[in-house]
Amino acid sequence: MSEMRNYTLNFGPQHPAAHGVLRLILEMDGEVVERADPHIGLLHRGTEKLAESKPYNQSIGYMDRLDYVSMMCNEHAYVMAIETMLGLEIPERAEYIRVMFDEITRILNHLMWLGTHALDVGAMSVFLYAFREREKLIDCYEAVSGSRMHATYYRPGGVYRDLPDKMPQYLESKLRSAKELEAMNANRQGSLLDFIADFAANFPDSIDQYSGLLTDNRIWKQRLVNIGIVTPERAMQLGFTGPMLRGSGIEWDIRKNEPYSVYDKMEFDIPIGVTGDSYDRYLVRMEEMRQSTRIIEQCITWLRANPGPVMSDDHKVAPPKRSDMKDDMESLIHHFKLFTEGYCLPEGEVYSAIENPKGEFGVYLVSDGANKPYRIKMRAPGFAHLAAMDEMARGHMLSDVVTIIGTQDIVFGEIDR
Amino acid sequence: MSELKKQLNDVFGADGITEAYGELTLTIDSGAIIETCTKLRDDFNFEILVDLSGIDYLTYGESDWDGNASSSGYGRGRAAQQSQRTQSHRFGVVYHMLSVSDNKRLRVKALLAGDNLIIESVTGIWNSADWYEREAFDLFGILFENHTDLRRILTDYGFVGHPLRKDFPMIGEVEMRYDEELGRVVYEPVSIEPNITVPRVIRK
Repeated sequence: MSEMRNYTLNFGPQHPAAHGVLRLILEMDGEVVERADPHIGLLHRGTEKLAESKPYNQSIGYMDRLDYVSMMCNEHAYVMAIETMLGLEIPERAEYIRVMFDEITRILNHLMWLGTHALDVGAMSVFLYAFREREKLIDCYEAVSGSRMHATYYRPGGVYRDLPDKMPQYLESKLRSAKELEAMNANRQGSLLDFIADFAANFPDSIDQYSGLLTDNRIWKQRLVNIGIVTPERAMQLGFTGPMLRGSGIEWDIRKNEPYSVYDKMEFDIPIGVTGDSYDRYLVRMEEMRQSTRIIEQCITWLRANPGPVMSDDHKVAPPKRSDMKDDMESLIHHFKLFTEGYCLPEGEVYSAIENPKGEFGVYLVSDGANKPYRIKMRAPGFAHLAAMDEMARGHMLSDVVTIIGTQDIVFGEIDR
Repeated sequence: MSELKKQLNDVFGADGITEAYGELTLTIDSGAIIETCTKLRDDFNFEILVDLSGIDYLTYGESDWDGNASSSGYGRGRAAQQSQRTQSHRFGVVYHMLSVSDNKRLRVKALLAGDNLIIESVTGIWNSADWYEREAFDLFGILFENHTDLRRILTDYGFVGHPLRKDFPMIGEVEMRYDEELGRVVYEPVSIEPNITVPRVIRK
């Protein structure tokens, strides 16, 4: 009989389960993974270097492109860093809009994660159902910012504009009958807030639907239970944050423990796992979507009752109204200075962290007093998670590697930066 | 916050501790990193190393033109202002740590004196430092002693230079194309011109 030898397997970078451009070198002993060595950087764009060469406002768009499934959360961390350094007070309504969109983003991210995770593990239909709801939320993005993905909606000083009074509707088309069109536009008759309220009312049923397909599904459990167990001690050693840390049973959520924006006025619970396996992390994220819906509902109630400004009137940072620029010299100068030179931050450094859907997204900003950052470092949650791939995958089968990639909720935009 | 500051004062002395924007920074000499971090983890309960990043202070405080130039005229073609500041420390490593049990954060800044590029690795204290140190090595060329696997991580295989250093040009050093005749990818010096759209200004 010939002697068995270990061999190396090259997984990715072109692999549908690699969630982008992960290249994984797996040292295999038969079907069992002996060592996993992720090679990253295939999507490295040098965001930090680019941001150093641009005025502060021009880098907001780069934040969308970091973790490109939780766009507005990244923007939130960045604008918060700038606001902290400037000592800028922002209108309360803008804070509520931000929190609402942070939670919409969380649901967007978790739906993407759920769909692709289930698809990787072998359940096609969940992906289709998840994207049905995701589409509605992306429409909210579009209604408020004009862009379906890369919103650039949060600005230092508030948000770019107020929520629209009218939700955009589907147009007539040869492809759909008048009756179909009416049904599609049924929940788009009112404002954006009405549309989101309708979504929030129906979304818990959708979550029940997903969990009906997965939670007690025998195959789903066989693929997830006891796969990639991380003990609480190891989770902290490995720098885990977000659902990965909570899945291991540690109650830590920046929204609760170090509340930013208006999270201290929100009522919501933090789900935690027990065993720290992939199935627990699945349950944690499912519950997070329910809690996000709760927060969205609270925001809607507040936003309906409290109209007001959504942008600071400090025109050194926020552009003046176009109508003011027509007959006010001061406004014209402010506009010109803001868009040609930007604004200078005081000398100093700040680290602002938010609870991104994937974990702690932090922005470490160093300023030497100029109109551009001296150094900006983005702390991506996925970076620490992927670094633990070797430890999590060791001793598991090849097929479990796919489960572990899925449970880590990896997006390369933020890892490679 | 003030309680933590007081405790840190007792252990590390008041010299290196600064507070700004509600955040505490402990500045230390690069030689003391292991001792400091071990104490912080064991005695101060900083269980998680949230972030580690390199920083290059080469052009700190320099601007493309003088922000108060309007008194002496305004010219776009001015050469960059070189600051006369003496740089005692060029590189630094910044650690952000978090205590989940006590709900507190701390930033530790280890400055590398002169041309020194070597600092002890903290992978033994927090395992999460592994990839962060590889990143700092890749982007800044800072060497972490006793790191078991100090390879490049973000840049291409065979990349030359450390892109986040301030003397590394924005446009890079080389460009890559496919050569039909040679039948392979070739590297050539960059052909594009560097372009500053918005000059760097410092205003008080």
